[in-house]
Amino acid sequence: MPIQYYIGLAIALFCIGVVGVLIRRNAIIVFMCIEIMLNAANLLLVAFSKMHAALHPTVANAGIDGQLFVFFIMVVAAAEISVGLAIIVMVYRNVHSIDVNFLNRLKN
Amino acid sequence: MNAIILSAVLGVVMMFSSVLVSNQKAYKGIALVGLLIILIANINETYNGPIFEINTYNMLAFDGFSLFFNTIAIVCTGVYFILTSKQIEKVGGHTAEYFTLIFFVLCGATILSAYNNLLMLFIGIEILTIPLYILTGSKKKDLKSNEAALKYFLMGSFSTGLMLMGIALIYGGTGTFALEKIIPAAASAQGAPAVTAQTLSFLEVGGMLLVTFSLAFKVSAAPFHFWLPDVYYGAPSVFTSFMASVVKAAAFVAFLKLFIARAAGTSVDVSKIIGVDWKMIVAILIICTLLVGNISAVRQQNVKRMLAYSSIAQAGFMLFAIFSLNEMAKEGILLYAVAYSLATIGIFAILSRMKDYTFAGYNGLAKSNPALAFANTVFLLSLAGIPLTAGFFAKYYMLASVMQTGHYMWLVIVGVLFAAVSADYYFRVIQSMYFKNSESENEGQLEENPSNIFKITVVALAIVIILVGVFPNSVLYWLYN
Repeated sequence: MPIQYYIGLAIALFCIGVVGVLIRRNAIIVFMCIEIMLNAANLLLVAFSKMHAALHPTVANAGIDGQLFVFFIMVVAAAEISVGLAIIVMVYRNVHSIDVNFLNRLKN
Repeated sequence: MNAIILSAVLGVVMMFSSVLVSNQKAYKGIALVGLLIILIANINETYNGPIFEINTYNMLAFDGFSLFFNTIAIVCTGVYFILTSKQIEKVGGHTAEYFTLIFFVLCGATILSAYNNLLMLFIGIEILTIPLYILTGSKKKDLKSNEAALKYFLMGSFSTGLMLMGIALIYGGTGTFALEKIIPAAASAQGAPAVTAQTLSFLEVGGMLLVTFSLAFKVSAAPFHFWLPDVYYGAPSVFTSFMASVVKAAAFVAFLKLFIARAAGTSVDVSKIIGVDWKMIVAILIICTLLVGNISAVRQQNVKRMLAYSSIAQAGFMLFAIFSLNEMAKEGILLYAVAYSLATIGIFAILSRMKDYTFAGYNGLAKSNPALAFANTVFLLSLAGIPLTAGFFAKYYMLASVMQTGHYMWLVIVGVLFAAVSADYYFRVIQSMYFKNSESENEGQLEENPSNIFKITVVALAIVIILVGVFPNSVLYWLYN
């Protein structure tokens, strides 16, 4: 399959994520959209890894580092989720809402 | 390498000490001794090579610049611990854990100064920011702190998403994560997917743009600055101090390293087709940042919020280094890291002891506490860039590095004009301290009378800033020796 399809899919996912972050107001949904962005990057890395392997058939292990990167993203995203959900729970305990619009005390 | 390993280990040590040591006062001692060990190990590495011989497969590269920046970061953290550990104890019931998180942030900063691979850039940025999300929200019952933490977290992970997408695209364009671009061997014909060289460099330029935006988020360059005032204002003052000093300097070093390695060589021919000129992008960032930071800071009534906006304005000056990308810019960013971090830590150490964070809260401080008022004046003058303080030479190096590139005189003029504007809001604090009288004469401006040790340390820090301002070479000397 041509690489363009993968790039198109990854960019579509990424845009869904960005738009979701910008327009949704529920903190958990915003957070999910950020995860979609990370997964778009994962997909793209794996696709490029395969592409570089095909571009350089003579080089041993060409493109292997792209797949390696994906594992790091997964681990770091897990660490980020644990901190992020803790923060969301902490906010919910205090204000009984996770609406992002609710958080505007600091503006004035 | 020593600093990275030891700061991570010390983070774990601090974490266990919260279980094993019950005395609240002991944590500060453990943290300071630990920092001293890291400092000695780092200086030892600078002259004798690392203790731990680890093959990083060229993912981390330790040169004089990165090791010297590590030294600066460790010393600034030490000064921060000495001045504010008492306030850290007051934030909540988890003193040892706060020290733990600060050690982890330091670990991230040392990775960022030495990264040689985009993977390490990503890991370093994450290690730097994830503990900060927790520190921002460390006042669990305080709604402001909660809000700041949630905002910082959402914005921070959003910018991480941008950075990852950018790195993925750069990888697609170049086939490597290494910072020094390796020209890929010519693609073999048979079985290769239909990818032209133009598509590849298009991917690379798009990726560089996304990574630049994401790093601009992290260093709070306008128009990506909007999270910063709320986060700095909502976070507990002690941690704002650390975020505004060491963390910001580390993010700038990462930005500078990326641009020195990548921006000049990134597919210039295709850049011209789609109209991307890195110098112009950075120049636009600089002007937006200086404009937004300075103009907003003038309008603030609250000193903590004013300092948040002034930190945006200072970021505008540090961006000059990323504009000019020469040797002088590297020296300048180190000098700026010293001058700006020390002054910010000092100002926040005094601010976090104030009862009232508004300008009026500083009224008459010079009468009740002349030593603190003097030190605070020196810190503010240094931030404003007045001669004889460290901030002057920091700004001078930034502007001179742009002059060295030869063509961009107008940018230097813009910088000087905004430096003049910045004097306005820094001088308002000095004016409050010296020329206005407090309404409540007897109560005093501080929460409690500061100890003599605190006063002496703050004044000593002010004297150090003046000394660096008179002899800036005393700092840069160590870069080359």
